[in-house]
Amino acid sequence: MNTADNVVEMRSISKGFNGVSVLKDVSFDVRKGEVHALAGGNGAGKSTLMKILQGVYQADAGEILIGGKPAAINSIQDAKAAGIGMVFQEFSLVPSLTVAQNIFLAAEPLGRGGLIDDRTAVKRAREVFSEMEVDVDPRAEVSRLGTAYWQLTEIAKALAQNAQVLIMDEPTASLARHESEALFELIDRLKQRGISIIYISHRMDEVYRLADRITILRDGRHLLTAPLTDVTPEQIVEGIVGKKIEGQLSYRARDRVDHDGAPLLEVRGLNAGNRVRDVSFTLRPGEILGLAGLMGSGRTELARALFGIDQLDSGDVLLRGKKVNLASPQQAINAGVALIPEDRRAQGLVLEHSVQDNLLLPLLGQIQRGPLLDGAKGKALSASLIKRFAVKVAHPNRPVRLLSGGNQQKVVIAKWLGTDPDILILDEPTAGVDIGTKSEILDMIRELASAGKAVIVISSEYPELLAVSDRVLVLKDGSIIRDIPRSEIADEEYLQLAVQGV
Amino acid sequence: MSKSNTIAPRDTAARNFGTVLKELDWRRYVIYIGFVVVFIFFAILLRDQGFLSPNNLLNIFRQTATITVIAVGMTYVIACAEIDLSVGSVAGLSSVCTAMALSQFGLVPGILAGLAVGLVVGSINGALVSLLGIPSFLVTLGMLGIAVGVAQWITASAPQPILNDTFNTLFGSGNFGPVPGLVVWSAIFVAIGAVVLNRTRFGRQVLATGGNRNAADFTGINTKRIKFQVLLISAMAASVAGMLYAGRLQSGRFQWGSGDELSAIAAVILGGTSLFGGFGSIIGTLFGALLIGLINNGLILAGLDSSQQQVVRGAIIILAVAMARKK
Repeated sequence: MNTADNVVEMRSISKGFNGVSVLKDVSFDVRKGEVHALAGGNGAGKSTLMKILQGVYQADAGEILIGGKPAAINSIQDAKAAGIGMVFQEFSLVPSLTVAQNIFLAAEPLGRGGLIDDRTAVKRAREVFSEMEVDVDPRAEVSRLGTAYWQLTEIAKALAQNAQVLIMDEPTASLARHESEALFELIDRLKQRGISIIYISHRMDEVYRLADRITILRDGRHLLTAPLTDVTPEQIVEGIVGKKIEGQLSYRARDRVDHDGAPLLEVRGLNAGNRVRDVSFTLRPGEILGLAGLMGSGRTELARALFGIDQLDSGDVLLRGKKVNLASPQQAINAGVALIPEDRRAQGLVLEHSVQDNLLLPLLGQIQRGPLLDGAKGKALSASLIKRFAVKVAHPNRPVRLLSGGNQQKVVIAKWLGTDPDILILDEPTAGVDIGTKSEILDMIRELASAGKAVIVISSEYPELLAVSDRVLVLKDGSIIRDIPRSEIADEEYLQLAVQGV
Repeated sequence: MSKSNTIAPRDTAARNFGTVLKELDWRRYVIYIGFVVVFIFFAILLRDQGFLSPNNLLNIFRQTATITVIAVGMTYVIACAEIDLSVGSVAGLSSVCTAMALSQFGLVPGILAGLAVGLVVGSINGALVSLLGIPSFLVTLGMLGIAVGVAQWITASAPQPILNDTFNTLFGSGNFGPVPGLVVWSAIFVAIGAVVLNRTRFGRQVLATGGNRNAADFTGINTKRIKFQVLLISAMAASVAGMLYAGRLQSGRFQWGSGDELSAIAAVILGGTSLFGGFGSIIGTLFGALLIGLINNGLILAGLDSSQQQVVRGAIIILAVAMARKK
């Protein structure tokens, strides 16, 4: 392959932190107008490699060529000047400013007398959006827009700075399905205009839908680069995980569901806010119930209501046939309900606190001796949770922030399972988690159900939902529109149509 | 300065321990280093002015006691990612109410009156912050004015003498055996404060609420109640500090404690408690308060007048906090 076709070429990059080698002799290149998927487990070195390209870190060894010429990228400014743009996973926008103000932040067009010319900014922002063929009002305040628009603003911001290469890290993580589809179409259009995209995602279907080539990293080493036409999904997963994963993502019937037994949870005519409307269902011990629906269909809100975060307007919740009042999370926990929230960083963890402190937070009652907490008992309890859930930590006293996404998620799950709940609700339990950890989490869910617990799983990923659920409830506008046993769901497409309300 | 340099990586365990130490970020412990440095500096510079005399050292403790008591309460508030600017005024109001009730009704009603000030002000602060969701900065800024205004109003700006010897001995003027009462008071507050923050469920919940309120809510912690409680604790501590002023100076006056909120906040931040919440150290706070007391004492002994003292004190505090922040 001719080097001149490569807009970006990273050669033999090595990087270490505090003597720990994170990248070893990794080479990576991107051609003009291609979508190049970058895959690997958490900690494989993807983000370090991308941070080197963005100028956040400097490589210890190796070189970077931009458009065939060696380039020194020592700062984020250098990377921007070289045409590298980043669409941040955690959006880098100032919510209180308008779309146009954000797009031209720190590069505002100046008018007479050196004052900012907002009118030109709005005009140029409009031009960028019309090239992208999307409809966004440049004068709207960012905080008033939904996540999909934030992302479009991020992309416009990079394009306005003449980015030739866009790095997208899990861009669909916070998007609903139709929004994702719109993003994919936008990526196709950008491709046609000669813009290259480095696409980082754990979702296999997206990689196959979009990417021309894939590069897999494992443990800081380059494993393979190949056109997607030459590799099977199984090969990719095996490459990422380092071993064969069989059947983890396919449904296995468990015999424990007692369909005639007394329900563990019974919900009758539940109303909460305007996102949960007249919801009724039952949940039996050993059963895994999937909640499917579009973003905004009321899945998360139903979970929040059952966990006592949002107040119920009307309706009854019965646990083991007894009416319970779930007015606060504390009451829900006491009743045996646990919720793994959808946003682990914002809702599940105190990031700056240690792994141990996070694990023990809902379990403080268990380690109390008189009025004081028993330090030794706490240490032992957290150690046993870390072991039981195979959380990879260097030391339980180190901040949970330092863990990879998958391990952070395991901490959240471990923290809640330590309370030994009867009913476990998981909201997007594998978002942003690598495939290896994902299969571990799905296995964990199956084991819990087999142990007689009742589980509710909310997921936007249909393969995952179908892999574990015994029954799927489809929500739309806050109401249950379908209640389908797993055996009646032939494939993903069937479920997708049900969700669309067809 | 960093301890980790002295540990030889003999085996993996020791090396792990070393990296842990390194990441524990010694900046949080800068207060102890700063304290020792300033102490040695004054000990050498002011050796002829009697800096090291037992009497002077006890004096430092005595003069620091009220700030320490206030700062212990403030540590809870700041660790919970809130702030309490009303503590100085609460101390003044409490000194006045105690003095007035003492002369009218006797010892026990006097003490109860002082505590009632903390209870009432703390409940109002807490309710406005936790129930109405008004930022604590604004609530307590308003309360700063209200409390000192009430104290001045009900006394018509006149000092309220306290002639009750039992009270004066108990709160500040007397000794318990060889130990000055004020030192005992601060020791009690520091001991209880440290144990509660580090070793009880409530303490953990305060830190979790300050570290990530959302996650704390999702964990079943009643964060509204926690916010209420920390503001109540802070006001109660301030009201005890007010009584210590009253006992030591044998009178109640609305000016007692004025400006103490800034010294207390400085002591807490110097002590390594995060201004953004989530971390708190009561022992650090004690040393923060002692450092401020040390500086005050040293500057007086060095013969600086009060305007110069203020300038030097401000500069030292900024320097110390800057060192604590530097990576």
